[in-house]
Amino acid sequence: MGLLNRLDQPYQGGGIFLGTLEDILNWGRSKSDWYLQFGLACCAIEFMALNASHFDFMRFGTIPRTSPRQADFIIVSGTVTLKMADRLKTLYEQMAEPRYVLSMGSCANSGGPYWEYGYHVLKGVDRIIPVDVYVPGCPPRPEAFFEGMIKLQKLINTQAIFRKRENMTKEELEALDLRNKKQQEYTERLLKEIELYRKNPENLQYSKYSIDLSKVYNKG
Amino acid sequence: MEAKEIYEKLLSKFDDGILEFKEDKTIDPYIKIKAEILPDLCFELRDNEDFLFDYLINLTGMDYGKDLGVVYHLYSMKYKHRIVLKVDLNRENPVIPSVEMIWKTANWHEREAYDMFGIIFEGHPFLVRILTPYDWEGYPLRKDYVTPEYYHGIRVPY
Repeated sequence: MGLLNRLDQPYQGGGIFLGTLEDILNWGRSKSDWYLQFGLACCAIEFMALNASHFDFMRFGTIPRTSPRQADFIIVSGTVTLKMADRLKTLYEQMAEPRYVLSMGSCANSGGPYWEYGYHVLKGVDRIIPVDVYVPGCPPRPEAFFEGMIKLQKLINTQAIFRKRENMTKEELEALDLRNKKQQEYTERLLKEIELYRKNPENLQYSKYSIDLSKVYNKG
Repeated sequence: MEAKEIYEKLLSKFDDGILEFKEDKTIDPYIKIKAEILPDLCFELRDNEDFLFDYLINLTGMDYGKDLGVVYHLYSMKYKHRIVLKVDLNRENPVIPSVEMIWKTANWHEREAYDMFGIIFEGHPFLVRILTPYDWEGYPLRKDYVTPEYYHGIRVPY
């Protein structure tokens, strides 16, 4: 990590510097995160303020992407309805690894004000995809969001690429284990679903994106 | 035109279909009618030179506990008067004629009422769910609706 601090300062000597490949890679990854924008409700309005010049989210090196294929992490900002849950899962699966999830606001964290009577609301996105950083608030202040973003950058910085576990502190190891466990659970669930689908394609647990119009018209 | 005058004019033509008229200071005056005369009455309200109700402000479904119902809020752009129609429906067989051919606004409103209350609008060109997913079961705004435990393998209650 010593190198990281030096990289953030203006380098006066010119020419050459030494460091591990891992540090440089992680530094580059954490400082040029591209995010998939997934604005769903009023948190997305706060997110617009965040992107505007006063708070200037882009100084973190982030660029909004509208395609999951180009995104490093996804910001789930707003109420995820059950209708949208399947789409969110599809988008997450289309993202390239390593991928991260930042859950913004009470609704995405736990269902928010719909936690009891919301028959149509997903009570937390961590029920379908593994979440790395939760930002509380309804909606969160931009400062709170930035703290979450800094947490995410730290997480990316601690991600080892070679000889992962040797140089990590106990806390970092716990965080990494938790993340790995979440990923493992998610993969297992996915494999189970694929298995189910192979056995019987009609069992596919996704909502129908379109309907057979001829059936509807013929009925009435 | 006042609501009372509208009611009296309608009464001369649709005597057997009109059930109740209520004028109150606290709520909009409404006319309660039978479902059978709804299309004829709506055509009359829209096309008669004395009424000219050309604007359907709102159409909503209701669950009164025992019965279901539909409420229509009408407004006339020319005369600037308004009236509310109410229809009560049987809970077991909630079927009502559509007013989509009279006011096009009713198209999406009727789909919503169908989605939330399960009221069938006969003659609607495209009566499918509009808010909830197409494979949703039950009608969420009914008072006896029970939230499902699972939807597509996702646990729904908190």
